[in-house]
Amino acid sequence: MLKVESIHYGIVIDHITQGKGKKIFDKLNLGEADFPVVLLRNVVSSKFGKKDIIKIENRIDIDMTMLGLIDPNVTINIVEDEKTIKKMKVEIPKEVQGLFKCKNPRCISNAEDNINPLFTLVKANGTIEYSCEYCEELTSYTL
Amino acid sequence: MNLKGRHLIDPGDFSLLELESIFRLAEKIIENKDEYSQICKEKILGTLFYEPSTRTRLSFEAAMLRMGGKVLGFSDANVSSAAKGENIADTIRVLSAYADVVVIRHPKEGAPRLASKYSNIPVINGGDGGHQHPTQTLTDLLTIKKLKGSISGNTVGFCGDLKFGRTVHSLIKTLSRYPDNKFILVSPEELRLPDHLRHMLKNIAQVEIIETEDLETVIGSLDILYMTRIQKERFFNEADYVRLKDSYILTRNKLSEAKEDMLVMHPLPRVNEISYDVDEDDRAAYFKQAEFGVYARMALIAAQLGVGNNA
Ligand SMILES: [Zn+2]
Repeated sequence: MLKVESIHYGIVIDHITQGKGKKIFDKLNLGEADFPVVLLRNVVSSKFGKKDIIKIENRIDIDMTMLGLIDPNVTINIVEDEKTIKKMKVEIPKEVQGLFKCKNPRCISNAEDNINPLFTLVKANGTIEYSCEYCEELTSYTL
Repeated sequence: MNLKGRHLIDPGDFSLLELESIFRLAEKIIENKDEYSQICKEKILGTLFYEPSTRTRLSFEAAMLRMGGKVLGFSDANVSSAAKGENIADTIRVLSAYADVVVIRHPKEGAPRLASKYSNIPVINGGDGGHQHPTQTLTDLLTIKKLKGSISGNTVGFCGDLKFGRTVHSLIKTLSRYPDNKFILVSPEELRLPDHLRHMLKNIAQVEIIETEDLETVIGSLDILYMTRIQKERFFNEADYVRLKDSYILTRNKLSEAKEDMLVMHPLPRVNEISYDVDEDDRAAYFKQAEFGVYARMALIAAQLGVGNNA
C-alpha cells in the first residue's frame, strides 16, 4: 500500500466521502499552497469502505460551514508533534451567509448590490435546502 | 396588545392574539366610523409603489383618509428616485423622516423585508412579487370572521394560480395557524403550490391538504372558495397562458353544486375567472371583501401608530 508520511504540525481532513476530496482540496485553494499538502484518494477505510483524506503540514483557517456544505461526514484532526490534539466533526450548517446567492431571479437580493441574504437550513434529510431570508425560496445547494 | 412601531412584512410577524386585536379594532371601526374619523390627524402614510397597483394603493389611501390622515408617495417607479438607481435602503431612510408609517409595493420578492431593516417607522408590505401580501390576508381573515363567524374549522378551497398567487401564499400560511382548517387546492399541474409551502403545511403545520385539477368534483365540500386570477405577466410564454387561462372559471352552473352558505372570495381585480352571473348570488363575497380591506388597513395603521385605542 502507498505510504504517506504522517504530519508533524497541521491538519488532517479525514473521512471525506470518496470522490469529494478533490473538490475540498480546490475549495481550500490547496493547489496554491507553498507548504506540504497531500490529497489521498480511494483510501481503504476499515469502517466506510473507501474514503479520501487531505493532509496539510500547516495550521490554516478552514471554513467549517463550507466544508459542511460539501461533505457533512468529514472529521478534522488538529495535529501537533505527530499527535492528534483535537478532533472536530463537521456538520451541515444551520445558517449560511456569503457562500451562495439566492437562486430566485425575482429575489430583491439579486436586484440590488450589497445585499447578502442569510440562508436557514430547512431540510436535512436527503437534499440540503436553505430558505432565503428575503424571498423564502428554497435553494438546494451543492458546492 | 401593543403593535405600535411594529412592521408587517409577513402575516407570521403577528401572533394570533395580535391579529385578533386588529380584527377587534376593525369591527369597532365598522360599527362606529365617526369616532375614528380623526384619529390619524397630523399623521402621514408614505406610499412607495414600485409597481402600479391601483386597487391596493386606493385601499390604503382610503384607509388613511378615513382616519383624518394624509398620504405622500409615488405609484410608479419609473418617475421616482428608483429610476435613477437609488437603492431601497436609502429611499426608506429618507422617507422615514417624511412619514409616520409606510407601505411598500415592489416587484422583487423580499424588498419590504429589506426596507424594514433600515426604517425608523413601521413598514407595511403592500405586496412583493409572487411572495407575500399580508394586508390582503388581514382583509381575507376579517371577511371570513365577519361572514363565517370563525376563522377556524373551515374547509377552504383555493382555485387558480397557486404557484405565483401571493394572496394565496399569505392566506394559506396564516389559516394553517388556526385550528381545524382543511385545504383543497385546485390548480393546473403547472401552477401548483410551491414546494416550500407544501412542505411547511404538511410537515410543520401538519394540516390536511388535497390537491386536484378539477373544481367541480370538490366544490360541494367547501365552506369557502377562494378564486384567483391566472396572471398573464407571471407566464414566460403566451402559449401556456392561452392554454390555461380558461380552465378554472367559476360559473353559476358550477356553483349549483356548492353549499348554500359557501363564501366565494377573490382578491380582485378579476379577469374572467368568475363569470358575472355569479355576482348576483348571495355567496359572492368579493365586493364585501374589498370593503373590509379598507377597515382592516385602518385598524392595522392605527395599531402601528398607537392611536385609536380610546376612541
Ligand atoms: Zn431570495
